[in-house]
Amino acid sequence: MIVLEKRPQPSRVWSLATPLVAVLATMIAGGMLFALLGKNPIEAISTIFWEPLFGEFAFYYRPQLLVKGAPLILIAIGLSLGFRAGIWNIGAEGQYIMGAICGAGAGLAFYPLDAFYIFPIMVIAGALGGWIWAMIPAFLKVKFGTNEILVSLMLVYVAEQMLASVSLGLLKNPEGFGFPGSRNLQSYDSAHNAELIAGTGMHWGVVAAFVAVIFAYVLLNRHMLGFHIRLTGEAPRAAKFAGVKPARLILFCLGMSGALAGLAGLFEVSGPAGQISIDFNVGYGFTAIIVAFLGRLHPVGILLAGLLMALTYIGGEIAQGSLGLPAAAIQVFQGMLLFFLLALDLLTNFRIAIRKSEVA
Amino acid sequence: MTNQSSGPLLSLKGLTKAYPGVVANDTVSFDIGEGEVHALLGENGAGKSTLVKMIYGLVKPDSGVMELRGTPYAPAEPRQARADGIAMVFQHFSLFDALNVAENIALGMENPPAMRDLAARIREVSETYGLPLDPYRTVGDLSAGERQRVEIIRCLLQDPKLLIMDEPTSVLTPQEVEILFQTLQKLRSEGTSILYISHKLEEIRTLCDHATILRLGKNVGECVPSETSARDMAEMMVGSALQTPERSGREFGDVAMDISGLSVPSPSAFGTALKNVHMTVRKGEILGIGGVAGNGQDELLGVLSGETLTEADAVKLHGQPIGKIGPTDRRAMGVLAAPEERLGHAAAPEMSLTENAMLTGSVRENLEKNGFLNWGAAQGFAEKIIEAFDVRTPGPENAARSLSGGNLQKFVIGREVLQNPDVLVVNQPTWGVDAAAAAAIRQSLLDLAAKGCAVICISQDLDELMEIADSFAALNEGRLSAPRPTQGLTVDEIGLMMGGAHGMEVAHV
Repeated sequence: MIVLEKRPQPSRVWSLATPLVAVLATMIAGGMLFALLGKNPIEAISTIFWEPLFGEFAFYYRPQLLVKGAPLILIAIGLSLGFRAGIWNIGAEGQYIMGAICGAGAGLAFYPLDAFYIFPIMVIAGALGGWIWAMIPAFLKVKFGTNEILVSLMLVYVAEQMLASVSLGLLKNPEGFGFPGSRNLQSYDSAHNAELIAGTGMHWGVVAAFVAVIFAYVLLNRHMLGFHIRLTGEAPRAAKFAGVKPARLILFCLGMSGALAGLAGLFEVSGPAGQISIDFNVGYGFTAIIVAFLGRLHPVGILLAGLLMALTYIGGEIAQGSLGLPAAAIQVFQGMLLFFLLALDLLTNFRIAIRKSEVA
Repeated sequence: MTNQSSGPLLSLKGLTKAYPGVVANDTVSFDIGEGEVHALLGENGAGKSTLVKMIYGLVKPDSGVMELRGTPYAPAEPRQARADGIAMVFQHFSLFDALNVAENIALGMENPPAMRDLAARIREVSETYGLPLDPYRTVGDLSAGERQRVEIIRCLLQDPKLLIMDEPTSVLTPQEVEILFQTLQKLRSEGTSILYISHKLEEIRTLCDHATILRLGKNVGECVPSETSARDMAEMMVGSALQTPERSGREFGDVAMDISGLSVPSPSAFGTALKNVHMTVRKGEILGIGGVAGNGQDELLGVLSGETLTEADAVKLHGQPIGKIGPTDRRAMGVLAAPEERLGHAAAPEMSLTENAMLTGSVRENLEKNGFLNWGAAQGFAEKIIEAFDVRTPGPENAARSLSGGNLQKFVIGREVLQNPDVLVVNQPTWGVDAAAAAAIRQSLLDLAAKGCAVICISQDLDELMEIADSFAALNEGRLSAPRPTQGLTVDEIGLMMGGAHGMEVAHV
């Protein structure tokens, strides 16, 4: 009889090994899936994992890794703070949109002025936009005890409507021949989040993501506030006993994740995306939830998970193009990754023991 | 004694049960006679629970056999044990609050009769055994003593040959204990055997015919309790001479903590509201607060630790109103607390001992500076606690939940005691702790008081309070009786302060 035994201590080896084993298991199971679809599994897997990094066109794909990974990491870092404390912000997508609208709006308000201070103002406006959008569920939760999961999620749809509205109205490019969408910030130097070193994909958002990782690491491991966040997640009653004020923690965690999501939106709109448009958001806010858990809510883990997730996106696109794999198969593949990680996570706290069946 | 048949009712032969890392029972053998009240005595962790679980069919022994009236007995599950005439009253009740008494009892039966017939039978049994109980009352409204009666009646309806009772008196007032004992004696006179599990020696001496003493899973001796002194039994249980805490003559100083007119609504649906509580504790004094669990102990601790904020004037420290000050600032002022629930309240289960030392020690032990944490110092503090309080653990990096209950309790109490509090509030400081460790904890509280700390000790263990407290008050449904000096208090007086027998006297008048 195979039974699960709770470990007296969480296993350190397994907590490090599970992500790797999960990736491996995903490759195997994903390979089987691709084989069933009639594709060569080895070719498909290597297209997804190898091609973007070391393939013929890696010079193009490698920068994409940073471009796609940075917003995921930035948002996931913010979310992980709340998730650690049991505060579930599901609406990062909405905060991301609001950050982009506010940041782009602030920049466009100066058009066509050329000044060094425009981009910093946009950064602040972007963070503020996301922060305010997240403070709505935070305030309602603190004041009226509403469920932040529902409120933050519903605000995503409100934000999407706002996005459509400003694309067609307030921020619409007056020289855009009536097409929806704002002026392109890439062609407005003072507001352009350009690559810091050409051809690397390195823009200010990537820098912000790295800073956020370090900031979160220090906060969680070296600071009282981070200790209180972890304590609240582990044992809410003990946290209260230790003197944590739950309301303050809710405001901080939601506000922080909102601000970071807003920043991600601003860096995206002023850089890779270039303009506010109806279909500006592509789901980074939701994917970041997966990234946060894939990185087991640890800042360094999130950094790696964000890059891995970006890799499967880029690799998946290549596989769709060159091998004709259906987009749904790629999504299943990404789902498998999360599935295996969560399933194998069990081994951190439990061990598998084989016991002889007892004789009565 | 009504020992009619020749052989024992149940005999255990060489029962052994091992769990990973620990042998819970090691070749335990003893007999329970017909119509005998047999005590199973031992400290926490001695293997009492595992043993009765094997008898009740919840756990299968690794080796060894049981015989019921000479025939092999190996219950695969509790249902089979019940069919063979073995019933058990658990320490923790398994009742549904929202259902009434009869419905709860019907739920545990294989073929429950019609509700009306069942109610009639419940009435009949409850009258026969002096356990008044209205079958149609909702369980949620019953006191702990009344809930226990539901469990006992549930067992008696099966007409058991052997009734197992696991720590039955831990939730009862002295008067309720008295009534329970009369019921058990009546059962014995009718020929029912009782296996009585407890670590309260005086109870066993009054009630039981035989006692088997377990230590570390082994049967270390048998005795006739009425002919053995409590001290001798305790030493068999612990395996070494017991050290009784010393209390030196102490002078009390000024009033340290002053609670006046404190009323707090219940924080949750199942909590207790505190009603107009008054008390004062002087420097160097230990105030014992007794009472059956669930009468406001947790809520009182919350108010004292600062988790629950009140009117500023309701709680005063050295004359300063502190009712609106939270836990962190209270710690800075010298008010420390150790809650009852170790895992999840006093300590975070998944966090290391170092992190748990940080949990309350950050302010007074200078473990933080401008919000940044000094983990080296926290580890040092954790090591200091582990050494001073003899906490058995491989080291401070281990998770709190990996410690046994007693060891974690020593850590939790030690963490507060070592911070040199001005006022220390403890709730159930020795619950689930072995006798030697309990004595050490009590001694540390006495030492603290000798240094001039005001100690408020909330406990259900009256012996403990009599041993260390200078004055005694009781909590009953959120009301605190006026504190009285411990010396000269009789058990009857204490019982009355605790709220008497919750109207149970009628049964035996």
